[in-house]
Amino acid sequence: MYTDVVMEHITNPQNVGELADADGVGEVGSPACGDIMRISIKVEGDRITDARFRTFGCAAAIASSSMATGMVRGKSLIEAWAISNADVVDALGGLPPAKVHCSVLARDAIRAAINDYRTRQGLDAWEMGSCGCCGGSGCGSRPENG
Amino acid sequence: MNDKDQRPVYMDHAATTFMKPEVLAAMAPYFSRYFGNPSSLYRFARESRKGVEEARSQVATALGAEPEEISFCAGGSEADNWAIKGVASALREKGDHIITTAIEHHAVLHTCEALEKQGYRVTYLPVDEFGRVDPGDVEDAITDRTILVSVMTANNEIGTVQPITEIGRVAHAHGVLFHTDAVQAVGAVPIDVDALGIDLLSLSGHKFYGPKGTGALYIRRGTRIESLIHGGGQERGRRAGTENVPGIAGLGRAIELATADIEGHNRRIAAMRDRLIRGVLGSIPDTRLNGHPKQRLQNNANFSFRYVEGESILLLLDAHGIAASTGSACSSASLEPSHVLLAIGLPHEEAHGSLRLTLGDANTEDDVDYILEVLPEVIGRLRQISPLTPACARVPEAD
Repeated sequence: MYTDVVMEHITNPQNVGELADADGVGEVGSPACGDIMRISIKVEGDRITDARFRTFGCAAAIASSSMATGMVRGKSLIEAWAISNADVVDALGGLPPAKVHCSVLARDAIRAAINDYRTRQGLDAWEMGSCGCCGGSGCGSRPENG
Repeated sequence: MNDKDQRPVYMDHAATTFMKPEVLAAMAPYFSRYFGNPSSLYRFARESRKGVEEARSQVATALGAEPEEISFCAGGSEADNWAIKGVASALREKGDHIITTAIEHHAVLHTCEALEKQGYRVTYLPVDEFGRVDPGDVEDAITDRTILVSVMTANNEIGTVQPITEIGRVAHAHGVLFHTDAVQAVGAVPIDVDALGIDLLSLSGHKFYGPKGTGALYIRRGTRIESLIHGGGQERGRRAGTENVPGIAGLGRAIELATADIEGHNRRIAAMRDRLIRGVLGSIPDTRLNGHPKQRLQNNANFSFRYVEGESILLLLDAHGIAASTGSACSSASLEPSHVLLAIGLPHEEAHGSLRLTLGDANTEDDVDYILEVLPEVIGRLRQISPLTPACARVPEAD
């Protein structure tokens, strides 16, 4: 049911961990839903120079966060914000329909980390858009975590 | 560990079993050689009919029943549907209340929910932390409108064996029929329908090394029950449709093999299961065994690993050649984890982190060794990734 790319990310996940000196941290999901993603980013100028993740969740959730953290590295904050869940799905070579919400979680975790960075800089948080997990309830994104 | 170390280990026998060669041999004549319709009168039909009736005797013998009390059908789900809907419909004048439990298979639960929509009332009894139903709760739930008590012999997820003798006794003391879903129990729990006080019993061929798409419902003589499938007069008018003769022959042979030496079989499987449980609990911290420590199926081990999610465990085990299953929601289309694990009081995150390993006749001590080698590494890797894992339980990451 999963693509080879997803299986590769599951057996060899990339960018696992937490940045000790993170400039922004985003966490989305809840244990009750069975998915939690925490992504931390390092920002220099307006570019993301490093991104790491920790995920509690299914194979699709781990693969989505592994892929998404790789996709944002080297991107400007605006470019990283523009990455959609469909971009993550495409990069993974597709996800089963029931698992697409995992890619939404990855997008949201990236955005939450960017907003955490912006808030720390005294800037306004950008509008998050709809949350993809648990049918849109039960898991507020928490950009204030750090 | 790399791919060349992989070895195929199937430990999901509660999902389905392989079919034994003896069973296939028993089925073989009925595909082409004896292809006649058992309902026909000519000689082509005679052997088919004999095959069906021999299988009926084999099933009856295995359950301590009479052959005419056995009706063949297409599987465990049909047998459960038939027992519950058939009794509910036949006894509508007498009452409209059914008692079952929160941990039944969906073939029972969803059938009861369908009946609720038709105006029946259903009590779903709770279970204790080990998954056991209290017969006292059954007694308390019985009213003068109760027509059926349905409690599974053993649970498919956590393996807990229910006190069905006591439950049957309570039901009968109040003049209420007792149905048990024995789909997981046949070949593991000795069954004598008279000694256990069972009026209706569901079973499924592919759970005990028989063919898929075969099942049977035991109906105690004199029990009022409506048919589910209407049409021709097969199965003494109880279940229409030309008989699945090869499947029925296979089911008969399979149940004969499965019940020939239950004690010896259980002893061998339980020894491996116990070593598996001890090994897993001893080598992986923050792990619990789900289900009853003693009153459980000989082949069932069900664990919850904290901080990790079941589907990712399955995928990593599969990458090592190991087949298992989980109660995590992420392995199904729904967002809710296993109703059984929630019913025994597990918090959602521990229900999501469950793994079921069910042993079978082809498993060996080497299979147990292999799982004890692979599983700690798999759980360790996922805990390394998880944000829920306490820092002290992780290996520091190299940059």
